[in-house]
Amino acid sequence: MAQKKFVVGCFDDEAVLFPAVKQVRAAGYKIKDVYTPFAVHGLDHALGMRETSLHTAGFIYGITGTTTAISCISWIFTKDWPLNIGGKPHFALPAWIPIIFELTVLFAAVGMVLTFCYLCQLAPGVKKHRFHNRATDDLFVMVIECSDKTNTDDLKALLSSNGALETDVQIAEDGWWFGTYDNDNDNLYNNKQLA
Amino acid sequence: MASIKEQFEIPGKLKTWSYALIGVGAVALLYGMFTKGFSTDEHEQVHFWGTLMYNTIFWTLICNASMFFLCFNTMAQAAWMQSFRRIAEAISTLVPVFGAITFAVLIYVVVSDKHHIYHWLDAEAVAKDPILKGKSGFLNPTFFIIWTTLAIVLWSYFGYRMRQLSNEADVAPMDNETAKAFNIKSMVRSGFFLVWFGLTVASTIPWLWLMSIDAHWYSTMYSWYTFASSFVAGMSLLAVWLIYMKNKGYMELSNSEHLHDLAKYMFAFSIFWTYLWFSQYMLIWYANIPEEVVYFKHRVQGPYKPIFFLNLIINFLAPLIILMKRSAKRNFTLVAFMAVLIMFGHWIDFYQMVMGSLMKEHVSLGWLDFGVLSFFVGVMILMVARALASKPLIAKYHPFLKESVIHHT
Repeated sequence: MAQKKFVVGCFDDEAVLFPAVKQVRAAGYKIKDVYTPFAVHGLDHALGMRETSLHTAGFIYGITGTTTAISCISWIFTKDWPLNIGGKPHFALPAWIPIIFELTVLFAAVGMVLTFCYLCQLAPGVKKHRFHNRATDDLFVMVIECSDKTNTDDLKALLSSNGALETDVQIAEDGWWFGTYDNDNDNLYNNKQLA
Repeated sequence: MASIKEQFEIPGKLKTWSYALIGVGAVALLYGMFTKGFSTDEHEQVHFWGTLMYNTIFWTLICNASMFFLCFNTMAQAAWMQSFRRIAEAISTLVPVFGAITFAVLIYVVVSDKHHIYHWLDAEAVAKDPILKGKSGFLNPTFFIIWTTLAIVLWSYFGYRMRQLSNEADVAPMDNETAKAFNIKSMVRSGFFLVWFGLTVASTIPWLWLMSIDAHWYSTMYSWYTFASSFVAGMSLLAVWLIYMKNKGYMELSNSEHLHDLAKYMFAFSIFWTYLWFSQYMLIWYANIPEEVVYFKHRVQGPYKPIFFLNLIINFLAPLIILMKRSAKRNFTLVAFMAVLIMFGHWIDFYQMVMGSLMKEHVSLGWLDFGVLSFFVGVMILMVARALASKPLIAKYHPFLKESVIHHT
């Protein structure tokens, strides 16, 4: 929860964005994130982000579901309340497989959705600063975190020379907060002709 | 693309190995044919022709899976497999060859009235049997021969047409209009194959060739189950060839991204196979009706018990556990190992589908099975290598090739 200084560069083409990401990283700047209107293939790689561990979490949730199902059903049908169903053995594994499978999927799916929301800090009422509203429409918005030593003018020049259509410096909240956005949508499509 | 090796030269070692395998296989095959195939003992006859049947059907179907793979990708306008499409084409050239062997074996079985293999061939028994009588519109020699002929000829023909069209991508760069026309034409031709594939491999052919061995029994899962089995083994075969060619320094445009997607097919369809395997098993186990359970009785509780569970371990547990991780699917050594294991597993699966019904008293898996297998493997290696050498390895003017080169998973 702290205000930080960011340099923001807007691009309108992936083909320009990728070399720009490379240049900015090579120059030693720390890219906070790139906001894009759609999922851009390979961008996570270009940004040098580590592989997500969401799938490992998913595996663990799945195994938990399997274990829950097996222990629960087998306890009920063999210990707690054994029933004779069609002359089948009490420990009727084939009949349980569909339920074991379903519980595995349910645990994995729900767990992964919640983990995804946690990792991306998404929840009802959670707000984050929007660096450029057109990131949800047609612009690729690169946000670079400034340190004390960052020369914002140099950085802006670097972005422009790499094809950024618009650059600016923003001081904004780094994390998230509960609340509502101010009504700051007025300059969404301002008079500057971008594309 | 100047540095791409387009011409495959068959390594001497590969030839030696394939000739050796064919040699060993031919000896086993001929010895088996004279001691068993033409013996007067019906048990021996069933052993030999049954072994030949499941091997030849298995190899025809898994080679056909390559053409199916090409066709559904073409239909979906998928581009990622263009960089190694010539391997799939080369494998599919075996459909006429193995198809002819299958045809010869099946027609021999039907014409020489081997009712110990196909019980419905016995006209007297059928006349007295209301169940077989009811099925006789489908299960009769005439329909069997016509449908088998049609199936094999049309797979070969539609596959041939697809491969011919692919040659056009070798000639010259295509402009926009030509490329569009080429794309439409590819889709139309693959459509013919796909429709025929659906009417045969995914439905009638497994009923006719395999399920009718147990003429009284039926399962609605059976065709899909057979299809899944042959498709996952077919994908494994494709992966093995891709890895072999990479090892020999060819197929520069295919990399771990393409391998990753192929291994996903191996992984996903292993699970799909298990889903069908289990659905077929569980419903019969649950209902416990004698005329249905008869299929599984000797498989689960009789002599085939080890095979039955080996089948499940190789074809479900091993792929599930080993191929689950992303890094495993991108590892050439591991995928090669798993591909060979999966092919072996589904060969065992076909073994128990056919021999499990023909020889219920004991498991006959032995020299004859592995001999015949070695014959088919040898023929497969030699013919695929020749087909690969007969064409450029890259369809270099294919409109989708670039998309395949930059493929990223």
